[in-house]
Amino acid sequence: MSSEALIAETISITGHDGDEIEAYLARPLGIDSFGSVVVIHHMPGYDAATKEITRTFAAHGYAALMANLYHRDAPGASPDDAAAAARAKGGVPDERLVGDVGGAADYLRALDGSNGKVGVIGYCSGGRQSFLAACSLPLDAAVDCYGAFVVGTPPAEMPLKVGPIAHLAENLSCPLLGLFGADDKYPSPDQVDELDQILTKEGKEHEFHVYEGAGHAFFSVNRPAYRVEAANDGWQKIWDFYGRYLAS
Amino acid sequence: MCTYLTEKIEVAGSGKGAAGWFTLTDATVYFDHPQHAPAEHTLNIDFLNPGSGPSARIAVELTAESARALAKAIETTLASAPPGMI
Repeated sequence: MSSEALIAETISITGHDGDEIEAYLARPLGIDSFGSVVVIHHMPGYDAATKEITRTFAAHGYAALMANLYHRDAPGASPDDAAAAARAKGGVPDERLVGDVGGAADYLRALDGSNGKVGVIGYCSGGRQSFLAACSLPLDAAVDCYGAFVVGTPPAEMPLKVGPIAHLAENLSCPLLGLFGADDKYPSPDQVDELDQILTKEGKEHEFHVYEGAGHAFFSVNRPAYRVEAANDGWQKIWDFYGRYLAS
Repeated sequence: MCTYLTEKIEVAGSGKGAAGWFTLTDATVYFDHPQHAPAEHTLNIDFLNPGSGPSARIAVELTAESARALAKAIETTLASAPPGMI
């Protein structure tokens, strides 16, 4: 019987360009061998809600690590101030994101007890970044939760510093689980279909679910966008998916 | 969705934050996810002094209706100020 014990703590990891950045690690105790997950926070930042998600993975037997993607923009600042500083700079550069996720994955693989398998999951802007990481790094399973602009160009009046990345699909290194809301506009159901078709054409293993009655950010328990049915089913899909590809 | 849509302006004045009053040099206005307001998207204003670090920030998150009412109230107030004061 598992003790269900876990430890969660702030640590420092080596990210893109060798930078030392803040990260939140949660890992199970008393388990000899475990898979791992890199958690990519949403655009509002390295916040309490995403730390709770990180601990949830540890409670289910995975080591989970969330890098503070805004650490360089506002070291030591509160998550909301850091998010404001990061957005003023146009968000996280793609190259830096890949370097930070790669650093987090390396850290997890080196943990005593790691089974060597590492997955990634991201929410909101992190959904796109999860896909980007899985197309850029050797990973074992990826989850994209309502990431916009994997396909589809941002509207002209929206000065995004991110562009579509569906052309990277041929490099996808692992199976992809996509969880989306039917009422979301970014990504829209049509854009989800388009990505589905691209991945099928490329012969990439993937599984998409689009929830009726849910929009963007339906996993966010502390926001009005939360949709209990979609979130509960989505979590089950995640446990099934990671159970297949990450568990020992 | 995450819009990143941001208007940036320079401002002159002061604001009171967690550490007391400080000089304001910049403001950003954007319509995106709030940190705290119970809405999916809000009109957010950050009053800033980047030279004093990212924590030199006063943030407000308003519903679109509230933001429009605020903008109208500001214009009305300025328009009604006695001649010669502005």
